[in-house]
Amino acid sequence: MTTALAIDRLRVTFDDFTALKDVSLAVESGESYGLVGESGSGKSTLLRAVAGLAPVSGGTINVNGKRLGRHRDKAFYREVQMVFQDPYGSLHPRQTVDRLLLEPLAIHGFDNSERRIMRALDEVGLGSGFRFRYSHQLSGGQRQRVAIARALILEPSILLLDEPTSALDASVQAEVLNLLEQVRADRKLTFVMVSHDLAVIAHMCDRLMVMQNGEEVEQLTAAELTARRVERDYTRNLLVASEGFRSGA
Amino acid sequence: MNPLLTVEDLHVRFPTRTGVVEAVRGVSFTLGRERLGIVGESGSGKSQTGRAIMGLTPTHAEISAKRMEFDGIDLLRAPPAQRRALRGNRIAMILQDPKYSLNPVMTIGRQIVETLRTHEKVSQAEARKRALAMLEAVQIRDAARVYDLYPHEVSGGMGQRAMIAMMLVAGPELLIADEPTSALDVTVQLEVLGILDRLVRERGMGLIFISHDLRLVSSFCDRVIVMYAGKIVEELAASELSRAEHPYTQGLLDCMPRIGADRHPLPVLERKPEWAL
Repeated sequence: MTTALAIDRLRVTFDDFTALKDVSLAVESGESYGLVGESGSGKSTLLRAVAGLAPVSGGTINVNGKRLGRHRDKAFYREVQMVFQDPYGSLHPRQTVDRLLLEPLAIHGFDNSERRIMRALDEVGLGSGFRFRYSHQLSGGQRQRVAIARALILEPSILLLDEPTSALDASVQAEVLNLLEQVRADRKLTFVMVSHDLAVIAHMCDRLMVMQNGEEVEQLTAAELTARRVERDYTRNLLVASEGFRSGA
Repeated sequence: MNPLLTVEDLHVRFPTRTGVVEAVRGVSFTLGRERLGIVGESGSGKSQTGRAIMGLTPTHAEISAKRMEFDGIDLLRAPPAQRRALRGNRIAMILQDPKYSLNPVMTIGRQIVETLRTHEKVSQAEARKRALAMLEAVQIRDAARVYDLYPHEVSGGMGQRAMIAMMLVAGPELLIADEPTSALDVTVQLEVLGILDRLVRERGMGLIFISHDLRLVSSFCDRVIVMYAGKIVEELAASELSRAEHPYTQGLLDCMPRIGADRHPLPVLERKPEWAL
């Protein structure tokens, strides 16, 4: 197996605040990798640093064996696509779904855009009836499906998912998670997924990293998590928290 | 004991260009000094039920009910001035997202004092003292510092605690919490629920907890109402949730991923039109 994403001692600083402190990880090609932690733990920053959206001040990122420089080229964005948390904020409010999906195709010079758009919509379970709607005419779950379609339309090999379901209802979350699993199986994608919900990560990922204050707490496999074989107290607390509210706790 | 709140056959209708949308269709329940959960998906009418009780339904909507009484006061026929006096004083509401629900150009302390002084005649100094005490009651460590901060200067969990402080400072008897923790992290969520739990218990308030997360609600409330398409499909004690009979309730419980349950794909919620009849 080859390594799809290798991060070595990555450091991100905003002015004098260090958001990510020398974090290293390696994700195999075809693997699904999870990042868990509370707000401010640096999990989203790590994802954004890979996508070129955060100021990297140290360490290296390798994608499919190629080291990334300061600037990402077009080829990078064909390989790596991102889905954001907020389906309300990540779609252009004045563009139809058709326009939204056409834009990445135009930028990367894909042919057959008509067929590709139809297929992308089919793949995320929306159908052609949604093609000429605006994002405000869609529900939260449908918007997230459009965002996934937009990411998949370039046929990337790595998908970065930043809390893709935390803005959705529990019932819609199940549908979107199933969709993501389906496309990963169909296209042999590599996932790097961020969530504060341990149960979602345990369901979706093979391996995961627990983060706190911009640092790694520990790395686990999903099986170790399920068997409660965790080393650190912080992870244990997260496990307890994921079981719901207990009075007097 | 007389119930604190009685709702009988509540309807909320929104006239639109394409016809009337019935958001709430015949909801009935009573609430004592207990914790009641209302659960459902987006669009099930759970928030509109809460808003109707609070009196926050938009003016173009039509509300009708056989009875809607709070402590003997007929909420449907009460004049606006009386409803204003109730709102924030005896009935309070916590909203989902502190980022949007707090006033961005007013310090947190001033917002709490504003609520208090709207309903009670207290001096500025006394109001400040009570606001600070309230901030401490919601476990904000450095209350004096937070008092002078603007909402954008605090984290989501802190903002939500400030909102709880603001809602409880006038000592309400009924608290409506509309998705109070959905915008928060799991760990912060539990802290906020713990604070809410303690305050509700100590002050003997009635609580309506509105959420889409059935498992969270059942771990927090005494009784749960499940809504679908504007109607109540099932009402049961939180402890008997595992014995839920309605397939919609079972679906809501089932669709959440659980650690240790290896279910691929996750069961998806069925929505049958006949349940809405």
